[in-house]
Amino acid sequence: MTVTSKRSLLKLASWSTLAAAAALVGCGKKEEPPAPVAAAPASAPAPKPEPLKIAFAYVGPVGDGGWTFAHDNGRKALEKEFGDRIVTSYVEKVPEAADAERVFRDMVGQGNKLIFGTTFGYMEPMLKVAADSKDVKFEHATGYKQADNMRTYDSRTYEGAYLAGVIAGKMTKSNTLGVVGSIPIPEVIRNINSFTMGAQSVNPKIKTKVVWVNEWFNPPKETEAAQSLINQGADVLFQNTDSSAVLQTAAKNKKLAFGWDSDMTAYAPEAHLASAIINWAPYYIKTTREALEGKWQGNGAVWWGVKEGAIDIVSINDMVPAETKEQVAKIKAGLTDGSFNIWKGPILGQNGKEVLAKDAVADDKFLGGLNFYVKGVEGKVPAGK
Amino acid sequence: MDSFALLLAATFNAGTVLALAGIGLLINERAGIINLGAEGMMLVAAIAGFATAVGTGNDWLAFGAGAVAGALMAAAFGLLVIWLNTNQVASGLALSLFGAGFSAFVGIGFVQAKIGERTQYAVPVLADIPFIGPAFFRQHPMVYITVLLVAGVAWFLYRSRAGLVLRAVGESPESAHALGYPVRRIRMAAVMLGGAMCGVAGAYLSVVYTPLWVEGMVAGKGWIALALTTFATWRPARILLGAYLFGGVTMLQFHLQGQGVEIPSQFLSMLPYVATIVVLVLISRNAAWIKANMPASLGKPFFPGS
Repeated sequence: MTVTSKRSLLKLASWSTLAAAAALVGCGKKEEPPAPVAAAPASAPAPKPEPLKIAFAYVGPVGDGGWTFAHDNGRKALEKEFGDRIVTSYVEKVPEAADAERVFRDMVGQGNKLIFGTTFGYMEPMLKVAADSKDVKFEHATGYKQADNMRTYDSRTYEGAYLAGVIAGKMTKSNTLGVVGSIPIPEVIRNINSFTMGAQSVNPKIKTKVVWVNEWFNPPKETEAAQSLINQGADVLFQNTDSSAVLQTAAKNKKLAFGWDSDMTAYAPEAHLASAIINWAPYYIKTTREALEGKWQGNGAVWWGVKEGAIDIVSINDMVPAETKEQVAKIKAGLTDGSFNIWKGPILGQNGKEVLAKDAVADDKFLGGLNFYVKGVEGKVPAGK
Repeated sequence: MDSFALLLAATFNAGTVLALAGIGLLINERAGIINLGAEGMMLVAAIAGFATAVGTGNDWLAFGAGAVAGALMAAAFGLLVIWLNTNQVASGLALSLFGAGFSAFVGIGFVQAKIGERTQYAVPVLADIPFIGPAFFRQHPMVYITVLLVAGVAWFLYRSRAGLVLRAVGESPESAHALGYPVRRIRMAAVMLGGAMCGVAGAYLSVVYTPLWVEGMVAGKGWIALALTTFATWRPARILLGAYLFGGVTMLQFHLQGQGVEIPSQFLSMLPYVATIVVLVLISRNAAWIKANMPASLGKPFFPGS
């Protein structure tokens, strides 16, 4: 018995060491120093400017393989672009609640001059901290409130959804698509509609079934929702949730699906049709350059899409016919030069009534408040009218 | 009809994770120890199982690795609460938090790892019966093993001498000690067995159910299993019933959404919890009965010398 106890104690000791290590990692605060540079020649004693300190707050773990992973790729692109002129750090898994304010205040206290908050729920905490820290620049993703030292940025994820829809419409055999929805807000409803419209553009018989999980990240629930859609006849799935669970459930059932936010090919190459990705790097580089050159201005809002290189569809599977790939490329070109618009009338609502008249183009306000399904989407928008 | 059969199949699959963890925790609690670390044990077991499955491609080795990981976690907990008499609630919560962080830490390299081709199981002959086949006989063997396991635990607790001793330790450790039973060792064995079962549940989740590894992927199933033991009034059969009920309503609400039923999805998301609680409270509404079933010394430390 004593032997067991000693062994257990030893085990305990080693576990607690690991616990300490895990706790350090769990805090997730990592400062990545710039790569050391060769010493400047002695003849050039000009003092080097202090590097700009930039901080990111993430809602999920960097390892989610989706939303937060994409933001962190943007951060890495910044480091590559600006080298030792900047120092970046991040805090992951910051909840969308009062805790966020504490994290932002902490970031300000540590001397960060440019702060990115990468989820909708940081809006109010960021506004509060921004009001108290006038010399710090704040950038908030997906929100709608600005200040003199805070602006918002977002990406037109629905363009990626439409492109995925074009592929889905071509690849489905049952003409039934399934979408695992996260939280029923305009952004997600817009993506479901755009996905359906993309599919209908190549296959008018398309029907889309939608199942909401009411969370951004819950792999078992996402799996259950995906399984339920497959059980009801959907053979191509699409998701607006943050993990790769839907794609992997499709693979398990020998069905097809897409990657979302980040390239998810690696999770299930045989089921992966393509990934609709967000590339935050162009915007992060632009705004950091403005901050470095003193040209940064608050009170702005940008919404970037395929045109600005913020949205793309990548890693299209070889099983997708060449003509469909060409069509996707054509739509991308059209979105880039402005000759093609996804939300251009006539567009019919679920009940067949026209929601957008012929040749009318939806403006950003219309898209921002979208709370109805288009024709072909089944079910009802939760809490919709 | 066909989609209803698939709904049933998905129900059993979803309930298996909860039943496995729930029955493990029940053994724990019958011995008088409440382990709130289920979530953490399941997470560590999930990554252990997933890593093993990626490395070997063998589900059974993965379940074994999960069981070992769960048992080790439980042993650390048992050492603290049984031998050092720390507070069970606080230690359990600590184990849960530790498991979440530790699994995320060791799992970093496995986030994009791909698990081998999944086998499709089917019971010969029976699987081909219309409706019944797809509903009941095309499951992973673990689904059937879980049912047998629950039956085995019920037999063990109520029909075997060892089970009687285990329950005695949970009811009155002082009496068991006076009779000469090694209370601490029995409790430790129960805690480790419980941890091993939670471990198999975690490995089933990451290897068969989802199947993937991401940080925090157990997403609350451990807590639901814990609640299940209480609502099931520490009866094995009711754990199984509660687990299937929870799994069933979870799948049903997704099914209804897919069918376009006009009920707000937020309301449907709440249903599994409400339905499980209501049913289990209804079948065990006799307060005296709950008292009779609840291990009398649950959560209380035991000092053999005093």
